Amino acid sequence: MKRARLTLLLGTEIPILGFLAFAILPWCWMMLSSIRPERDLTRSPIALWPQTLTLINYIELLQRTSFAQNMRDSLIVAVGAVSLGLTLALPAAYAFSRFRFRGRQVLRTQFLVINMFPVVMLILPLFVLMRSLGLLDTYFALIGGHATFTLPFAIWLLTGYFEGIPVELDQAAMVDGATRLQALRLVVFPLAMPGVIAVGLYLFITSWNEYLFALMLAGRNVRTVTVALQLFIGEHQIQWGLLMAGGTLVSVPATILFLFAQRRLVGGLTGGAVKG
Amino acid sequence: MRRAVTPWAFLAPALVATAVLVLLPVLNTLWLSLHEVILFRPRSRPFVGLENYAKALTDPVFWEALEHSLVWVVCAVGLQFSFGFMAALLLNRTFAWRAVARALIVVPWALPSVIIGLIWTWMLDFNLGVLNDLGVRLGLLSASVPWLAQTGTAMASVILAVMWQGIPFFAVTLLAGLQAIPVELYEVASIDGAGAWGKFRHITLPGLATVIATALLLRMIWVANSLDLILVMTGGGPGTATQTLPLYAFLTAWSGGNYGQGSALAVILTILLLGVVITYVWRSRER
Repeated sequence: MKRARLTLLLGTEIPILGFLAFAILPWCWMMLSSIRPERDLTRSPIALWPQTLTLINYIELLQRTSFAQNMRDSLIVAVGAVSLGLTLALPAAYAFSRFRFRGRQVLRTQFLVINMFPVVMLILPLFVLMRSLGLLDTYFALIGGHATFTLPFAIWLLTGYFEGIPVELDQAAMVDGATRLQALRLVVFPLAMPGVIAVGLYLFITSWNEYLFALMLAGRNVRTVTVALQLFIGEHQIQWGLLMAGGTLVSVPATILFLFAQRRLVGGLTGGAVKG
Repeated sequence: MRRAVTPWAFLAPALVATAVLVLLPVLNTLWLSLHEVILFRPRSRPFVGLENYAKALTDPVFWEALEHSLVWVVCAVGLQFSFGFMAALLLNRTFAWRAVARALIVVPWALPSVIIGLIWTWMLDFNLGVLNDLGVRLGLLSASVPWLAQTGTAMASVILAVMWQGIPFFAVTLLAGLQAIPVELYEVASIDGAGAWGKFRHITLPGLATVIATALLLRMIWVANSLDLILVMTGGGPGTATQTLPLYAFLTAWSGGNYGQGSALAVILTILLLGVVITYVWRSRER
């Protein structure tokens, strides 16, 4: 018995601890750096263990910079991108899962391929397009830009979830006199809800985390947190305390949402790609 | 008749949005790539045929960027996969705090590339970075190393950061694949006297093959396209030491204002990636 315990400890638990340390420590270092005064951060050699803890970086970040405004911009864009993505993807995914029609396979594959298109391939003409429409630096431009990846991703995952719900259920409802839309609203959507929520959370995180579109299609009036953080670097000298506080504020909500969403997503991620 | 129309009614919104946001831009990129388009000279956009492509293919910076892209993709995906696979195998065993471990290991996956770039730039800093400090204290380094500022170590440093970001993806997807393999197969193999290696070789690997192939493809495409992490950490530098193909295309258009040339580079990247995707789809059809 004792030997088995030892094998488990040496062969499994300690290596796992190593992986966890690698995954978590850089993150902890960011958070720890965010609650230390600037003079501690810029002193060499580094004091690994902090003598003073302070919230001064957070106070300064929220009072003296536009960061609160940037968080609001990120939130508006992400909510917009999720709403647009789901509104367009739900009916499309339903069609792919419930109808057999000509061109179905081609269209489904097309959405998969779009997801793999290089961002640079889309971002340059979208910039030119939004500029000529006078939409540059608006929520609209950025939400549209983010839809280029939220939409195909949502369709791909949601089709998988809908296929997991037996067709017989909505057929039964329709035999009982429900219209197709009623069957959709009363039978399919409630059953798919956990999946839809997981997909929504995932889209929110990808939009919240996105940088290139936010940099190119917006950045002045509409400035998301990722762009704002990056701009702290350019000004004179790097203010690491502010950066680390901003990084913590941005990553904590994303991480919490991700922990909720990821369990349901993993199956969908690799499942949808292989089955036709 | 009705039956044939209904699916298209459901699909129409998504298809229209895709046409406007993806198809139109892609055609536009193709058009841009055949013209001389300088952002600051909006009135003159002469047709130049394949000149932008010819310029790219004869440009040593392009070939260097392609080489960097190959190193970036092969090393990053290779390392992410190897460590992610190991983590998945370990997490598939039974131990008391497994649920906690499984939840915590995904943390880097949720973070924005910009923040991952910031964290690692901060830790790798020449004067204030904790890694240099620890390295010197433990005697691993004789002096601080400017990891991101010198040609020899910059690429390895950005690969370290992207590896950190990508391990959770493989750990979690491969773990899901491992848990889908029926336990009975292992039990039967044990009765037949198979050892640990034999079980891994003849049950685990074949059982995981499709998951591995799909995860590798997804991650490869993602890593090949991603440029934000490098942009944040080094901007492609020092010099052009970490400039990959998408970053080169982006910088040519964004800082150089040369949209024609940038578009041509983007098209070349897309063709290369499509080649990979088509090979994958074609091979998985055969199976």
